Amino acid sequence: MKGTNLGEFEELVLLTIAALVSEAYSVSVCDELEKHTGRKVKLGVVHAVLNRLEEKGLVKSKLGEATSMRGGKRKRYYSVTNAGKVAVVKAKEVRDQLWSLIPEMSFKNI
Amino acid sequence: MTNPGIKPPKWATQFLTWYCKPDLLEDLQGDLNEYFYRNIKEKGVASARLIYMIDVIKFLRLYTIRRPNFVNILIQWIMLGSYFKTSGRNILRNKLFSSINIIGLAISMSVALVLIAFVVELKSFDKFHKNYDRIFRVNNTYESISNDGIDEYASTSVLAGKKIIESVSGIEKVAILRSNFAADLHVGDKTIPLEGFWASDEFLNIFSFELLSGNPETALRELNSVVLTSSSAKKLYGKEDVVGKQVLVDTVNYTITAVVKDPPLNSHLRFDMLGSFITIDTKKQTDHDKNWMKWDYMWQNYVYVLLPKDYNLESISRSFSQISEEQNKTLENETINMYPQPLSEVVISSDLSNNIGPNIQKSLLYILAGLALIVIISACFNYTNLSIARALRRAREVGIRKVVGASKNQVFNQFVIEAIIISLLSLILAFVMFLLIRPAFVALDNSIQDMVTLQPSVIVYFLFVAMAIGVGILAGFFPALFFSKINTIKVLKNLSSIQLFRHINFRKVLIVFQYTLSIGFIVAVGIGYRQYQYSIAFDLGLTTENILNIDLQSNKPELVVKELSELPEVKNISKSLYVTAVGTSWSGYFRSDNPQDSINFYYNYVDENFLSLHNIKLLAGKNFVSKVSGDAKDTDIIINQKLLKWMNLENPDDAVGREVFMNGKKCTVIGVMQDFHHNTLNNPISNFAFRYFDNLPARWSGVVNLKIQSNDVIGLMSKIEEAWKKVDPIHSLKATFYDEKIKKAYEEMSGMIKIIGFLAFLSISIASMGLLGMVVFTTETRIREISVRKVFGASEGNLIMLMSKGFIVLLAISSLIAIPGAYLLFDQMIFARIAYRAPLGFIDLFSGTLIVLSIALLAISSQTLKVARVNPATTLRNE
Repeated sequence: MKGTNLGEFEELVLLTIAALVSEAYSVSVCDELEKHTGRKVKLGVVHAVLNRLEEKGLVKSKLGEATSMRGGKRKRYYSVTNAGKVAVVKAKEVRDQLWSLIPEMSFKNI
Repeated sequence: MTNPGIKPPKWATQFLTWYCKPDLLEDLQGDLNEYFYRNIKEKGVASARLIYMIDVIKFLRLYTIRRPNFVNILIQWIMLGSYFKTSGRNILRNKLFSSINIIGLAISMSVALVLIAFVVELKSFDKFHKNYDRIFRVNNTYESISNDGIDEYASTSVLAGKKIIESVSGIEKVAILRSNFAADLHVGDKTIPLEGFWASDEFLNIFSFELLSGNPETALRELNSVVLTSSSAKKLYGKEDVVGKQVLVDTVNYTITAVVKDPPLNSHLRFDMLGSFITIDTKKQTDHDKNWMKWDYMWQNYVYVLLPKDYNLESISRSFSQISEEQNKTLENETINMYPQPLSEVVISSDLSNNIGPNIQKSLLYILAGLALIVIISACFNYTNLSIARALRRAREVGIRKVVGASKNQVFNQFVIEAIIISLLSLILAFVMFLLIRPAFVALDNSIQDMVTLQPSVIVYFLFVAMAIGVGILAGFFPALFFSKINTIKVLKNLSSIQLFRHINFRKVLIVFQYTLSIGFIVAVGIGYRQYQYSIAFDLGLTTENILNIDLQSNKPELVVKELSELPEVKNISKSLYVTAVGTSWSGYFRSDNPQDSINFYYNYVDENFLSLHNIKLLAGKNFVSKVSGDAKDTDIIINQKLLKWMNLENPDDAVGREVFMNGKKCTVIGVMQDFHHNTLNNPISNFAFRYFDNLPARWSGVVNLKIQSNDVIGLMSKIEEAWKKVDPIHSLKATFYDEKIKKAYEEMSGMIKIIGFLAFLSISIASMGLLGMVVFTTETRIREISVRKVFGASEGNLIMLMSKGFIVLLAISSLIAIPGAYLLFDQMIFARIAYRAPLGFIDLFSGTLIVLSIALLAISSQTLKVARVNPATTLRNE
């Protein structure tokens, strides 16, 4: 396995799952991401990423209740595992460190 | 909220279920459903369904695909052995059913084998040319005022070839070919007649005929060059190394510039020699042949083009149309258009006139393939029918299998494999039959013999096996489906509850189909044979008995006549340009007083003895007179009644002495003869005239007609041969009896009748075997009923009546479909263009039904009697 390195989109999905708390399943993750990033997020992409994160052990899932919205099919709810939490925190730390190295002037002219 | 009535497309959901990993499936399905209902609200039902389908396909990814379960595969493999074993046992246990199925399938497959081998061999034609994909032939469409409809010709004009060389871009090479290069080649005192083409210099560069010696670039470039095939070279010189030698071709000296290998059987171009096209081109130009470079002089020339690798056929077609359009301005009553035809379509072609080399019409192949398929399907129906009929016996077996743990799929597989084994066994038998039919099929027609050998290649064997497996699946599919759906509990609890008879209508439909086919085939053969007999025995209006036609082969007619007239058995001799009433005819324009009004007519050149020899009646005027007595003119003509009528004359005497124009030449009508059939019966009697046979150009050759009277035809033939040898020691005698020649003219028809007759025989055999199987089954299951009826006093006749009643109804339905169907097919389509048709009687139409009925009754009564003869006590006690 590629290790615990997170891709940019993987990190976004992971954070979204954490933000949605107990309401994180594929469609809601899609909607949430669309809302915050403002770009069109394809279900297929999210689905593949969720699958990959689960394989890496960063998230875990369990099946929920069936609803008529989904033609009687159950939702698969995702939650972030400890390893997942470590991974996002680590990613944030790396960023913070890098941010602290940038002199303030550099971004003045934005 | 969501409308539960609207559901995503079913097949897409099924597809998803099929490919998706089980543990991902439910969630994914749910997601897609959620989006689906959302899209319904936002975008409407139609686009929601579309998006759903696209999404299902888009989710087909590596991580979603179900991993093939190794254990399942292993089980399948292990089970395969079991399938084979149980199938083998079943085949052996039911010998009657198995043999009916195997023989039936084998019979039908043998036809398909012939057809497969035939088509594969046809497809291999010309493939040996290196540039096969890039060679095109220039064909012409021809339309003229006097003929209705557009005809397509494989030939084109010399002008077309030259114009293409001159002005069409995007073509690599062009070769012009002219047929009928026939000459006697003299070497020392040896003389060998050879045939071939005049071919322009690029010919050997476009086609990959293998050169044994000589240079392909220059071989056909010079005047008076000739290229020999290796067998021609051997015939002339006894060796192949002959390049550079001089050879006398008829009267002119030619240089041999190259020797090529003999063209193979699968080449549509076949020749003994090739002359350089420039030779004939120059000769025609210096002779001032005014037709040579005309746009409508398109009957004997062929143009082939080689296109570059990145060719643009569309722009070439456009250039062709442009040239055609320009040149059509030079014609008054005709329109000619060129178009390119790929080499792959030359042998299996559409309806083309002036075709070069062997060819077969695509539609004919489709018809044959259709008929073969129908016969195969009929044999498959036997299998399906018998298997389902036997369901009662095998249902319990399936029940036990399922209890022990067989899945639906496994039951299905078992039955399909059983069918495949049966069809593979049939293939072995079919191959033996194929070997037996092959010589008969090849000998069916000269043109077939000329085309194929039907020696199967590796591909053919592969196709044979593939076909057998396909047939097995086709035959086994319905029974397998039926058995795999059997409800285990019901079957084991109470066998009679299985819904056997729900399928009875299905079986009846299959039987009606089979019998419709058999009757249809028999009716077709009847109608065809009647028409054939009618055609060859038709009173043509001229005598054809005891007349022997001898091809002059460019010899002087007087010499041949002189030699032959010395034979005492030869009662009369006449000469003509060609043999009438067998399909050949020369046509031209006929004009009477009015210069604006000309008509298409047919003519032949004959001498003064022709009319009396063929018993053609003169209605007015006189016969031609012999040139010797000094009175004959070659402008004398004798017309038929149709022409008389066209000239608006009632009385034949009025026509005598009139001046008319034939092809622009002024002629005098010296006589009027009774109408006779100058063409085959496919065409009505048309305008026809005789011209006097005198001083025809030598290359037109001609025919000598002998009226003979002899009891010893074989002895006479050898005498005639001797006489011929005196005049022409080189060419062998070509003589045919007139009656034979007429039969030959309808050869295609007799070939077709033979094929359909054979198929009729096959389809009856298959249907009868199927019926026999069904009857055996029915009598066995109804044995108690029969016994009880017998106890109550039913006679054997009554019982046969009882058993055959249902069948007779089916037969009646089949007849009702088949007879009008076959009749209409022949009346409206196949014989629609034949002018003289045989009247059809009751026998022709109903013989099919009678034959099938009698075979069926024989099968039913024999089986019923067998059961009925048994003492009722025995059968009833046993239960």
